[in-house]
Parts: sequence; structure tokens; C-alpha cells
Amino acid sequence: MDRIKDLNCLFDKQKELEHVMDIRRATVNNTEFKEFLICGGTGCVSSRSVNLLDNLNAEIKALGLEDKVKASITGCFGFCEKGPIVKVFPEDVFYVEVKPEDAGRIIKAHLIEGTKVERLLYEEPTLKKKVNTQHEMGFYKKQERIALRNCGLINPELIEEYIANRGYEALGRSLLQRTPKEVIHDIKESGLRGRGGGGFPTGLKWEYANKMKSDVKYVVCNADEGDPGAFMDRSILEGDPHSIIEAMTINGYAIGANRGFVYIRAEYPLAIKRLKHSLEQAREAGLLGKDIMGSGFDFDIEIKYGAGAFVCGEETALIHSIEGGRGEPTTKPPFPAESGLWGKPTSVNNVETFANVPAILINGPKWYSKFGTATSKGTKVFALAGKINNVGLVEVPMGITLREIIYDIGGGPKDGKAFKAVQTGGPSGGCITAEQLDVPIDYESLYSIGSMMGSGGMIVIDEDNCIVDIAKFYLQFTVEESCGKCTPCRVGNKRLFEMLTKITEGKATLEDLEDLEKLAEVIKLTSLCGLGQTAPNPVLSTMKYFRDEYISHVVDKRCPAGVCQSLLRYEVIGDKCIGCTKCARVCPVSCISGKVKEVHFINQEACIKCGACFEACPVNAISKG
Amino acid sequence: MQTLTLSKELYKELENYIDAITSKESALIEVLHEAQHIFGYLPMEVQLFIGEKLNIPASKVFGVVSFYSFFTTEPKGKYVINICTGTACFVRKADVIVKEFEKTLGIKTGETTGNGKYSLECLRCVGACGLAPVVMVNGDVYGKVTANEVQKIIGKYTE
Repeated sequence: MDRIKDLNCLFDKQKELEHVMDIRRATVNNTEFKEFLICGGTGCVSSRSVNLLDNLNAEIKALGLEDKVKASITGCFGFCEKGPIVKVFPEDVFYVEVKPEDAGRIIKAHLIEGTKVERLLYEEPTLKKKVNTQHEMGFYKKQERIALRNCGLINPELIEEYIANRGYEALGRSLLQRTPKEVIHDIKESGLRGRGGGGFPTGLKWEYANKMKSDVKYVVCNADEGDPGAFMDRSILEGDPHSIIEAMTINGYAIGANRGFVYIRAEYPLAIKRLKHSLEQAREAGLLGKDIMGSGFDFDIEIKYGAGAFVCGEETALIHSIEGGRGEPTTKPPFPAESGLWGKPTSVNNVETFANVPAILINGPKWYSKFGTATSKGTKVFALAGKINNVGLVEVPMGITLREIIYDIGGGPKDGKAFKAVQTGGPSGGCITAEQLDVPIDYESLYSIGSMMGSGGMIVIDEDNCIVDIAKFYLQFTVEESCGKCTPCRVGNKRLFEMLTKITEGKATLEDLEDLEKLAEVIKLTSLCGLGQTAPNPVLSTMKYFRDEYISHVVDKRCPAGVCQSLLRYEVIGDKCIGCTKCARVCPVSCISGKVKEVHFINQEACIKCGACFEACPVNAISKG
Repeated sequence: MQTLTLSKELYKELENYIDAITSKESALIEVLHEAQHIFGYLPMEVQLFIGEKLNIPASKVFGVVSFYSFFTTEPKGKYVINICTGTACFVRKADVIVKEFEKTLGIKTGETTGNGKYSLECLRCVGACGLAPVVMVNGDVYGKVTANEVQKIIGKYTE
């Protein structure tokens, strides 16, 4: 693209590209031009959405319609459960679970017959009928997409499409029409708080960094999304990389920094590729680098790769990792805003936080603060996963209840199972029970019920999951990820993990439960950084709300969910057994006896609880419990 | 200078990469990424080579290598089978898939088969939670994997 020399040049470009957005907003109907947008996020790419795109393009070429029809990729639509997703404009039709082989059928329907492919439409369970558009789907009705505004709307690989949707306008206006103080004022007014988990007011963070006197300052984007089961930041970087570049540059202008770093997980190859590509495009267009849009302000961004350490999500650890060392945290203060990267004032913000910034500056802080609760403004992106019907990425206004997210948007637990809990905040958070589903979500309310906002992972757990096993899973994670610098975290969490293992093996006593709670409190109080201080949360919150389940393991030596292997008991149900001998044949320790056509018997002393007989029985005559 | 047993061309490639870096003081992690990309793993001699080139003590190089789980000091198999054990996959029974792979390949997680063909690893979330449980073999992603499909997946990588 040509270099954008000033603000007018940007507005001209915007006008020139306006038509791109018109067709996608479905504001023009009688157009001859058609467009297919295919999800190009990691989830859909894994389900061969790229092959689908190739097939669509081949069909279009075969018909000689390249001038009138365009097929391209876009960012994550969020409805990952039913991917790959295809949207057709201007009809605004929304197709789910589209296979590469479906390309021919779609092209024929839309370009030749003027119909749609019924088979690929989504069936809305609440209406019990197929729906045509996204707006009719329960999954989207309560969502408000601000951070994800461009995901599923523009092609993330084209800077032109980002500009068409008012991209880089916030940067241009900030650099050429406003002072750094005014920019910070708007961010403060909007009430935006850090979306990485801490919830610190973003505007204040920028103001501290702005006030520091230093020849050199830095901006850092924390894209080290380590919470297992969370993919908000990855989706934004894959679907809207320019918004992060724009916001980081604005942050640089606001605090007086000329260099920025994106610290990203090496496990996100697609996000890295798109980000690199976008950085080049932005430099070429004069929107990054020297004298941006003729303002005299210089700013450039480098990518730094993580190497698989969860603790590097903590900002002081992240800074040490960028410096090339071990990612071990240090005590705060001094905060990075005072002394960060190479001892210089540094503004560290999370990907989602940055993604909100251009939208706030364009629409104004008042518009943004209309969404949300008294203390938590705007929206939050959650990665909804686990035992739920609609796994996906959702963006909702703060103050919405968990019930709305899980039932109205998420479609409730999978396979009609009973809801048990929802885990938020990842390894630092806690479990929330059915009784608390009506609590409006914000930073404070989640904290008050023993969990936390965290980065936005939301895992639904049903009756088939054992709560002690879940707590053990998170503890194992922290034990593996503890950097080892401070003793409470390094040794304490290991001991907690051992106690939980004892419980799941049926070897624990009630005294162990008391010790578990005591030790958990000590670790919380004495650990050096956020990782250690929050590591016991999954244990404490599950012990608080699911004490019965712990007691069952300890006193009755029973796992109510039937998960903990050592506590299982397999038995033959006499009435059902047909004596087919299948179970006896698969048993690896030959502990099942019985003659053909007679009821079989499992010798409990010898049984190793492998479950082979349970799987093999053709008439479900073996009980597990 | 210690004796180098690995290919000279590969060392030359790494040397060229290091020489092209302008700010060497903070480049250790990216150099290690590149070295692992070139050699496939980071044995002691490669770590010593990097230390010398960047003027960083070998102890610091090793400290960084051992700190990050992405870096490995052992060579990996031709096909690296990665099973996602993030929370979403965990609650959808990724442990069953792990056991099935261990049983079929006859190795434990973290090990490589004797013929150097397969390595079995667990990783934290590839971010395709809608497809849980997820298995990755080199770059290929398999979603909603069941224990019955394990044999079939391995069967695709026999060469």
C-alpha cells in the first residue's frame, strides 16, 4: 500500500475502501457482488478450512466469476464448536461445520440457483429450527463485540480491510490532534481495566509511566497466554493483529516510548505469522516506524518469543525473559511502570486490553463506560470450553450472569448432563457452583465468591468430573510451572499435590484435610509472586463448596463421580449378565470367573480396576462406582 | 574450544544467524530457538558454542535451557506426537488418549521409541478447545480423538 502521509490521506483511503464494509454489514442488498468469509482461526484451520477456501476459489475460477465473487479468510467467529464457519454476503447467511467437499454445493446454490444450502445451516436448539443468520442464534444474542469487533468481519492479512473499518484512525487522531495527556484522560475515563487477570486500571498504569522522567521508555504487549483452555489473546492476534499494533503505538505516544515488544508464546505459530506480516504492512504504509503519519513521532515493534513457561505471564518474569534470561519474577515495587525492561519505565498490557483501546478512542470513553457494572466497565472475552454444548469464544458486557453465559450463550452442559461447576481464572481461580450462577460478573464479584476473572478461561464441569481430580489437575500444573525461586511455592505446592493424590487414592484421613487447608493458606500468604499466591485457590474453593465430595473420598473411600481409579469398584449385575464370557477374556489379571451362560464374578482382591470388563460387556451388566 | 561432533554446516548456519544479530546482550532466547530449529535439540556442545559466541557463561545458557519447557537437550523422534492436556481437553478425557498412545507405542510420555521414530509428549493447550481432546503429530492437528482412533493416527506416520 502507498505511504499514508497524513490524516487526510488516511481518511481518503477509508472512503476509497468503504464499499468493503458496506457489503459485509449487509447494508446493500441488490448487489451483484458476492463474498464468502471463511474462518481462518487455529480451530477451524485444524478442521481444514484452508482447503475449503482453496476449493471455493477453484469453483469460482471455473465459473469465470473472479470479478464478481471473492472468497477470503477472516478471524475467529467464536462459534468454534461448529467450525469451520462460512458466511455469505450480502445474504448474511451463516453456515456451520462446512467441509472442503461442500464448496461446489455452496457455489452452485448462491451463484447459479440463487438459493442456500439448508443442510449447512445451524439448527437453533431453542427454536428447534434452522436459522439463516448469526443474529437469530442464541449464541450471539447476548454478546457485545468490542475487542473482537473485527474478528469474523475483516481479512486479518489485509491492512486495507482494517483501515476500511476505521483502523488507524484512533492513532492518527491521537498523534495529530491530541496531547498524550488527553489520550490518557480518555482511557482513564473509560474505566478500562487490565484484561490479563490483575484488573489494574489501564489509564492509571499509562499515567504512571507517562510521569516517569527517563530518556528511554518501553511498551510491552503480554501475549503469553498460558492459562490452559484459554484462547482469547490468540484469537485476537490471529483475527485482528493491526488493532494490537495500533494500540501499542498509541500507548507509546501516551507515555513517550519509541520501542515496543510483543512477548508471544512460541506455541502460537499462526498468530506469530499474522503479526509479523501485519508489522511489515504497517511499516510500509508509514503507520509504524519513523515519523508516523507525518506527526514526527517514531515507534517500532519487535516480536519476542516465549519458550513455554507459565510464570512468564507475570509481568516482572516476562520482562526478565525478554531480556534473555530465566523468567523468574521479582518483588514489586518497583513496578514496571517505574523500572521495567532494562531498568527503564515500561508499560505492560495484555492483548485484549490493547484491543479495546482504538475502539474507546474512536467512540469516546462515555460510550465504553455505558457497558458493565459500577467498578468494571466494558466487555470481557471468555473462552468457553469443557463440558458445554457451544464451545467457543464469547464477548459479553460485564455484569452479565454466569447463567446467561452458560445456558443462553453456551447452550448448557453437553449431552444433557447435570451441571456441577464452572471454573474461572485457570490455575489461579476457583470453582463456582450452581447456586452462584446468578451473580453478575465483574472483577469484585468473582473475587468475593472465591474465584477470579483471570484472563478469561471458563471451563464447565459436569457430574462426570471429580472435583478433587480437577483440583489435583490444577495443582499438578502449578507444580510443573513453579519457577522454583521461592520456597512456599516450590515446596508447598508439591506437598499440596501429594496430599491431593493421597485423597484420590483413598489413603487420606480427616486430619489431612485440615492440614491441606492450613498449608494452602500459608502458601497464599507467603509466596513471592501471583503464581504462588493464587496456586492454592482451586483447592480452597473446591474444599469450600464441595466438601462432601472430599469427605466421600476420605471417609467412605468412594469417588462419587467414578473418576478416581483406586476408589472404583466393578461388580457384575447378576440380573443382567448373560454369561457370554467376554469380560473374563479381556481381564488382564484373570480375576473374573464363571461358566458359559452363567453369571460371572469379579474377585475384588485381585481386580486392578482397569475397566476393561466394563468396556467389553455387551449388555451393560457391569456396574462401576 | 571443545570438539564439535555435529555437522559443521549446521554450526555455520547458526554462526551466521548469531553474527547477524545487532543487540547480542538480550538475544540468548531467540538464538536458542534458532539453534533448536537447526539441530533439532540443544546438546551440551551446542550450548557451549552459543555461550562462547554470545559471550555468556555456559552456566547461564544452561540455566535458561533448563528453565523453559520448549527447549530440549535430547534428540526427538521423527514424529512428535503431542497430546493436549489443557483443561478443556482434560475434562474431555485426554488422559485416556495419553494411556492409549503409551500402550500402543510401548513408551511413557516424554520418551522416544527405540527406533527413533516416535516421541510422545503432552502440551498445554493448542487453543483448539472446540475440538477437544486434541492430538498434534508434527504440524497436523487431530480433533475429537477417541481411544479407538489412536492406532489409525499412528498408522499414518510409518515411513
